[in-house]
Amino acid sequence: MYNKGTIIPGLMIFIVFVTFPLWYNRLSAGTVPKPDLPIGQKECVAPVSEMRDNHMKLLNQWRDAVLRDDDRVNVKVGGKEYRKGLQTACMQCHTDKEKFCDTCHTYAAVQPSCWDCHLTPAVAASKKETH
Amino acid sequence: MKYAFSFLAVIALILIAWAGSHIPGMPYFFGVFVPYMAIAIFLGGFVYRVVQWAKSPVPFSIQTTCGQGKSLDFIKHNRLEAPDTTAEVVARMLLEIFTFRSLFRNTKSELHAGPKITYESSKWLWLFAIIFHYSFLMVVIRHMRLFLNPVPEVLAFLDWADSMFEIGSPSMYMTTAGLIAGVVFLFSRRLVNRHVRYISLANDYFPLVLIFAIGITGALMRHFLRGGIDIVAIKQLAVGLVTFSPVINGEIGSIFYIHLFLVSTLLIYFPFSKLMHLGGIFLSPTRNMKNNSRAVRHINPWNPDIQPHSYAGYEDEFREFMVEAGIPVEKELPAKKDEE
Repeated sequence: MYNKGTIIPGLMIFIVFVTFPLWYNRLSAGTVPKPDLPIGQKECVAPVSEMRDNHMKLLNQWRDAVLRDDDRVNVKVGGKEYRKGLQTACMQCHTDKEKFCDTCHTYAAVQPSCWDCHLTPAVAASKKETH
Repeated sequence: MKYAFSFLAVIALILIAWAGSHIPGMPYFFGVFVPYMAIAIFLGGFVYRVVQWAKSPVPFSIQTTCGQGKSLDFIKHNRLEAPDTTAEVVARMLLEIFTFRSLFRNTKSELHAGPKITYESSKWLWLFAIIFHYSFLMVVIRHMRLFLNPVPEVLAFLDWADSMFEIGSPSMYMTTAGLIAGVVFLFSRRLVNRHVRYISLANDYFPLVLIFAIGITGALMRHFLRGGIDIVAIKQLAVGLVTFSPVINGEIGSIFYIHLFLVSTLLIYFPFSKLMHLGGIFLSPTRNMKNNSRAVRHINPWNPDIQPHSYAGYEDEFREFMVEAGIPVEKELPAKKDEE
């Protein structure tokens, strides 16, 4: 083999790069998020699996409907009416952003832009006190 | 036909993964066994290919140059095009690897009435190649968020920067579009440009179609076919794979298995195909040698080891026979002591 001095270190660097997740995680899968479910509430606007896969699309549809099309007609699911809104519907039951939304979003490194405008219930409460 | 074959092969792979992932128990085959096998073949094959290259001697000094080599002091030396020192070679290699300088020189030749041939600069190849490669790099780096737990801050930043335009939710990545646009251009170039079409083979089309299918299935999974795409379950599987404790939690949509199977195919195919230019670019003698053949003699490493054999040595070896045959010698045979 020629040029061992450069090729072997080069290959080592390549292998370390490719297997980087092994060194980074150090064989520990870490904790799997367990979002806090609302107490006493069993029903949501859609079944659990549907919400897991598509809640971001639903929220976007609601945002567009309310803010762009002025369509504030309530959503009726299973005899219950929900207002179209993150704070007015979702956060009524899922009251804790940190213990519900953030658990999975942090795990999967998702940074939704909801909170650029919306207030989390905790922040909203503190704002009321100051005014 | 060569490109039709590539499409058929990729469609067959998609069907295998789609049908296979519906068979009970098979998700473990497609989600655990195939990825492990693919990464093993990828790493093993990659090292094997590089070692094979490293074992091949370079008999001649064969750098490609397109600039004035180092010569007399008053002749201006083009340091990048005809590198004379290791530092200049490194600079040339880095520019080639990071900016694809050689593609920047791509020309288009056309035959006009006359007959007259013209050469025109054609930068499209460079533009789309660089979009494609950097997008692909970003896509690979971005996917690390599914393999690393906790996710490093820098990955979260890249993810944010890549989806900066916030189109839709989950928001679209710029590099997804860049990857697909690049691959579509590189593919259609092979169809439209007659010269390139003539020299294109199935193994030129296949990787392009495969990467196209990977990009499309990835985009479909993120934006359209979200049924069963529970990102937490997927990350659990991915982190499980790299910590050797894979678990498949619940039912993951078959689009995920299709995507994963195509990526595994790409990894398996990689070391045995033109895609090895990832490693090959570093080992190209036309680029990594110094253009100093006038100053330094290049010795072919496979030259046999021939020792110099002087006439004096030759006569020492054959003196007896020469004397016997009556051939004149410079040094006579020593007087024999026994006869005295």
